[in-house]
Amino acid sequence: MLQIIIYISLGFIFTGIFFSTLRFIFGPTAADRTVALDTLTTIAMALLALLSFIFNRYIYIDIALVYGVLGFIGVLVIARYLEGAL
Amino acid sequence: MNQILEIIGMGLLLIGSIFLFLGGLGIFRMPDTYNRLQAGTKATTLGGMSVILSVGLLEPDWFIKTLVLVIFIALSNPISSHALARANYKRKNYPYLKGGKEYDKYREVYQKEEEETA
Amino acid sequence: MIYYLILIFFLLLLMIGAAIYSIVQKDLLYAVIGTGLISLVLSILFLLLQAPDVALTEAAIGVALTTIIFIITIKNTVRFEDEVYQKKPSKTEAK
Repeated sequence: MLQIIIYISLGFIFTGIFFSTLRFIFGPTAADRTVALDTLTTIAMALLALLSFIFNRYIYIDIALVYGVLGFIGVLVIARYLEGAL
Repeated sequence: MNQILEIIGMGLLLIGSIFLFLGGLGIFRMPDTYNRLQAGTKATTLGGMSVILSVGLLEPDWFIKTLVLVIFIALSNPISSHALARANYKRKNYPYLKGGKEYDKYREVYQKEEEETA
Repeated sequence: MIYYLILIFFLLLLMIGAAIYSIVQKDLLYAVIGTGLISLVLSILFLLLQAPDVALTEAAIGVALTTIIFIITIKNTVRFEDEVYQKKPSKTEAK
């Protein structure tokens, strides 16, 4: 039962990654691409935590923690550059 | 007790993955940058929080670290969303107004501020 | 196990697509955002291939540090690739 639900969830998450990547490719302005990157960062954090449960290793969840601390700094710097105030 | 936690965790995992998929779909289908920001940030925040919390419920030894992760998502996601919307407004990409109606109240305040500084 | 092999193949295709996009693009800001996508996918890929320490380093350096350094470089030089050839040489030398 748990195995089937994990497979269904992985399918949903990878479909979300696919659609976000399409927006990343076709987005007309720089802000659209940055929004797609921000969305992908959060999806990747959830995916890393789920993979650490699937492989049953406690140390894998540290990578998701590093993403949580550092992941939004890149988006913040790009936004400050677009604003013209860096 | 363990059985109940497992059932709640599986439900949260399914709900969270569906919300992550909806965030990806919304960021592809919406017509405007602000709508994309709305769909991509809010749905993804809820989905990521419930998926990470479900991992903490399925393995009760990891619960404290997953709680720290949830707090980081709740702090960092609104900051980046707010910075992106502000940067997009300052580049003069105003919101998409259907039928030419004016309900962008911030534009008057912003133009007044800009005239005072200039 | 075949399921994870399909996922690894999908992520590899995504990473190669982002790399080609980032090379071909004339606007250097888009290329920097593409670099961020490459390091994000590469970090998940390292974790799927059972190398958590490399994934940790890639996440710390590739997401935050590289983006900041490249954005500061673009801020101090030019944003579009064609502007380098349009400027006169005396102007760039004086800068």
